[in-house]
Amino acid sequence: MSNDNTILGAIEPELVDSIAFSRRDVFTRYAKAAGIMTSAPLVLALASNQAFGQSLPQQVTDTLNFALTLEYLEAAFYEQGNKSGVIPSQYRSVFRTIGQHENAHVKLLKGVLGSAAVAAPGVDFTAGGKYADVWENFDTFLALSQTFEDLGVAAYKGQAGNLIGSKEILTVALQIHSVEARHASEVRRIGLKFGWDGAFDKPLSKKAALAAATPFLA
Amino acid sequence: MQSKTSLSRRHLLKWAGAGTTVAIASAVLPNFGISAALAAELGDGDIGVLNYAYALEQLEAAFYTQALENPFGNMQVNDQRILQQIRDHEIAHRDFLKRALGSNAIPALEVDFSAVDFSSRASVLGTADVFENLGVAAYNGAGQLISTPDYLVAAGSIVSVEARHAAAIADLLRPFSAEAAGRGNVDQKGLDKALLPSKVLPKAAPFIVTEVTAATLP
Repeated sequence: MSNDNTILGAIEPELVDSIAFSRRDVFTRYAKAAGIMTSAPLVLALASNQAFGQSLPQQVTDTLNFALTLEYLEAAFYEQGNKSGVIPSQYRSVFRTIGQHENAHVKLLKGVLGSAAVAAPGVDFTAGGKYADVWENFDTFLALSQTFEDLGVAAYKGQAGNLIGSKEILTVALQIHSVEARHASEVRRIGLKFGWDGAFDKPLSKKAALAAATPFLA
Repeated sequence: MQSKTSLSRRHLLKWAGAGTTVAIASAVLPNFGISAALAAELGDGDIGVLNYAYALEQLEAAFYTQALENPFGNMQVNDQRILQQIRDHEIAHRDFLKRALGSNAIPALEVDFSAVDFSSRASVLGTADVFENLGVAAYNGAGQLISTPDYLVAAGSIVSVEARHAAAIADLLRPFSAEAAGRGNVDQKGLDKALLPSKVLPKAAPFIVTEVTAATLP
């Protein structure tokens, strides 16, 4: 199944560090793991709602803020979409559930980052008029939903290496990453597609992910 | 069909969790007259994690292969196409991990699906639901145990496809439901499950005859 009708499909050639099935050096290149450890267990921070953004390594803060930006975008998309009336009744519980998850991701990442969290960006889901009917045409809404979900999956995956030394945060990122993949699969299903593009999902660099998201940032 | 020998052996041989030594396993095995070739120790560090994933992918690949060789009555084309794709993915994952592990790979595992009623759609899809969600939780929990970035990205490229499968199976069970978007597996924080090998292996044990030990994995 192709996702050529999505933004992500359009930038596919720019995918970096993809897992090439035949690439023989994938399992011979032993990069040294970054030795960064978080100073406090994330679970404690989450339980107490006490942010520890200031004490996080810069690389981790940057990565989480990047993730938060994408989550803001998704949360705003479903916030508007669920109110707009564009979603046919039989799909509303799916998109309501997805919206709840994205809101939870925003809350969680903001909680972890504390005062280091970036502010919510301005959004324009018509992308300057390119998707002017996003709130009236379910096909347009669905195409953008798939784009955002597949983008989220690929973007989180692309950042995993930056969190390899921060075990608790890496685990939380993975726990978000697979939720985005569930969403992507079900959204594709609603679009009468298979929920995947093959046996292996590709990671996306931060640069490529931001390039895909930028048209929707006002 | 599993032989009676396999079934009785299943009750004797269990996954050994963290802390169980290989010495115990090898001391016990001869008493049951089981050949040493039927035992598999996952190994240390990244090799151990990859073997752990390889074991789970073997289980999944064998399950879908058997499900499609013995299709339940009136299997609809939609069920069939999705199950075939998932089977092909699991085989690709299995073979990818085997190739990556090379001579460090554990042997092929003997499986036991006698608890599954392959003539029943509910039993097959219910088991698929268990396996896919177990796979997601297993990869999410194992990410923090990986120290080589390339392996982490490879695991990430697989886990999101498992999550896509989980959503597709949930959708087959309950089309366009909140569950198909993750409800039931995703918590109030918007997070999927993450389980360590010591939690995952006992859940897989009833389906695997070969004794698999994980002496050093948590």
